[in-house]
Amino acid sequence: MRKTRVIWAVLVAMVVAVTSWAATYAAPVRMGPVTDEWGVVRVARGQPITIAYWLVVAGPDASLGVDSRRGIEIAIDDKKTVAGHPIRLIGEDSGCNAEGGTTAATKLAANRQIVAAIGSSCSSEAVPGAPILCKQGIVTVSPSNTAPKLTDPKRGPEYACYLRTAHNDLVQGRAAAQFAYHQLGVRRAATIHDGSPYAEGLANVFADVFKRLGGTITSQEAIQPTDTDMRPVLTRIAAGRPQLIYYPIFIAAGGHITRQAKEVSGLENVKLMSADGTFSPDFWKAAGEAARGMYHSSPDLSVEALGPKYQQFLDKHQKKYGEKPLSAFHAHAYDAAMMIFTAIEKVARKDAQGNTYIGRKALRDALFATRNFPGITGTLTCNPYGDCADPKIAVYQTISADPAKWSPGVDPKKIWSMKR
Amino acid sequence: MATATLQRPRAPRWSFVDAFLWAFRLVVVVVVAWGTVGTLRLGRYTGEQWLDFFVFGLAQGGIYALIALGYTMVYGILRMINFAHGEVFMSGAYTAYFVAAPLATSGFLNRHPLLSLSLLVAVAAVVSLSVAVLVERVAYRPLRRAPRLVPLITAIGASFFLQYAFRGLFGSGFKAYPEFELFKGQWEVFGVGILRTQAVVLASAAVLMFALYQFVMRTKVGKAMRAVSEDKDAAALMGIDVDRIIVLTFAIGGAAAGAAGILYALVFKQVHFFMGFVPGIKAFTSAVLGGIGNIPGAMLGGLFLGVVESVGPALFLDGLGIVAPYQLKDVIAFTMLVMVLIFRPQGILGERLAAKRA
Repeated sequence: MRKTRVIWAVLVAMVVAVTSWAATYAAPVRMGPVTDEWGVVRVARGQPITIAYWLVVAGPDASLGVDSRRGIEIAIDDKKTVAGHPIRLIGEDSGCNAEGGTTAATKLAANRQIVAAIGSSCSSEAVPGAPILCKQGIVTVSPSNTAPKLTDPKRGPEYACYLRTAHNDLVQGRAAAQFAYHQLGVRRAATIHDGSPYAEGLANVFADVFKRLGGTITSQEAIQPTDTDMRPVLTRIAAGRPQLIYYPIFIAAGGHITRQAKEVSGLENVKLMSADGTFSPDFWKAAGEAARGMYHSSPDLSVEALGPKYQQFLDKHQKKYGEKPLSAFHAHAYDAAMMIFTAIEKVARKDAQGNTYIGRKALRDALFATRNFPGITGTLTCNPYGDCADPKIAVYQTISADPAKWSPGVDPKKIWSMKR
Repeated sequence: MATATLQRPRAPRWSFVDAFLWAFRLVVVVVVAWGTVGTLRLGRYTGEQWLDFFVFGLAQGGIYALIALGYTMVYGILRMINFAHGEVFMSGAYTAYFVAAPLATSGFLNRHPLLSLSLLVAVAAVVSLSVAVLVERVAYRPLRRAPRLVPLITAIGASFFLQYAFRGLFGSGFKAYPEFELFKGQWEVFGVGILRTQAVVLASAAVLMFALYQFVMRTKVGKAMRAVSEDKDAAALMGIDVDRIIVLTFAIGGAAAGAAGILYALVFKQVHFFMGFVPGIKAFTSAVLGGIGNIPGAMLGGLFLGVVESVGPALFLDGLGIVAPYQLKDVIAFTMLVMVLIFRPQGILGERLAAKRA
């Protein structure tokens, strides 16, 4: 029975490993001049401080994550050094789904040199991924997760290391509903979500606020993100005779809905509205000419709303990458990176040899203590549940649907902004 | 399929399993009937909308059916599931994109739409055919005499290899297929509006399936294929080159998948490296539904699956008061697969496999 013996040995080894790990986790760790309950990262003199991203940088939704990564890269260019160390950026693709988020977070959690993480892109990744990082004491700031439940007061201690610079969809959903009801004068609307925490949360907030304003929600539908044939579900929607369909989902499925909606009888004149998840030139590729005239709720990315700092950012972006930002969360990512750098400098301690020590819990506490931080997206103040955004939401209308002409504010044109 | 051949002992009393299966059948029938009656009493949809559901389903089903042909033919001959078939479908559609895009930018596509369409179908069919034959040569032929599970695992490996080869070569984003001006809008057929793309898909799928069926039933090569599927060794003794027939089977299945790829691109206008996965699984389901190894069965299974996916959520689930029923489209599809596997393992049109062949 050699096989069983091997299995037993492995099991025992695992139990030992887990208990010893749990023991180190529970007791405060002392390293150099720093004592910290969650552990300490030691960065040797002259070595870089490691920051990791977990963003969707591949696949159909890559524009969302690449856009954020560029924001981080520009922040690193601007900051150059943190506490006397250069900054090293590593990262994992998180796939914009729960499995990808789990994989990426697990990989990052295994790297003890990571001081802090930036991510994830999609809320579906953060739901399982953030607790994995939290267990290892790695604080993570998301530039684009917007699902309300991630920073809900009832979110639970396993999300204690999670913050975000993106708006909470309680704000975006309300803005979208107000726009539809007051600005477009729509009274009957339908929603579609794809089962992801982001889409479901946003669609529900929209529906609730729209009903409270006095409108009728004709139906609330759901699809799978991998679905391609949307005509049946659109036919079902057509039976309720809505004037507007709000589908805050992602690019691939959003493109199919946009293309197929006008082909379904009864929906020829329906208004289409999506959200920040499809706010990208890639969506125009997916939806083609059918996107003309449709609306997007998204963060307000205009120099009038954000000030001259944003113009400077755009200039750097154009110089570095030769194109306009690909999506809506580059500035949020820049702010996330800068917030982290500032917090690191606040808690980093040096020993006599010039090595730096960073306490993980101290870093987490410093981030949560962020008050009136001057970012590009506004003045950021973190609440006890990790919401740091200074949310500004606008509605954009697509004019040309030509990806080469993508220029947020001009085309898609900003036509409305949330009153504050 | 060894279990299919086991004679169940004649039990004097009902076994627990029998009772359970009967209860299961009863529950499903009651739920479906309840849901249907409920939906019809709600009167939510007009007759025209029901017809729309049906036509949308048929068009989707036509694509499933064309892919399912490849699964079923290979199974018929080699008794193996070629899981790389979804990727064969993808490779044709993806490669043809690189022909379609320049055609569209030069304006040729809309000046000569039928010529361009035939060209695209030809390119996709040739590429898919080559990929299918190559996979057979590299991954399956060396394992012809290996246990049944080995080629199955290899097929999954080949599937991953193809997916990630395309991802590596052309990136992980999707490509937007150009649109044919000619196929925009609707045609009136017998007073019913049908989307032009869907009409084209249905017609082409029907023509292709008819041609294939005639090929298998009427030509000498088709006869050889049927002989090999019945008994490889006996066919070899009769002077049939078995390897050649197997390659031919892969080639024909691949070409059908390539054509299906173009039809898919016509309807959905997007291609990406992972696009073959879901249609592949659905086509496999269709092949099993219709009776795997049986060509008309694959066609019927594909159309049936497409229609049930389109009509089913509205018809069965609406009446049960389930919100957002289209999220459960796949649940309906795979529940049907499970039902078929339990109650009619040979599929709708399948015959019971003889012990020797199973």
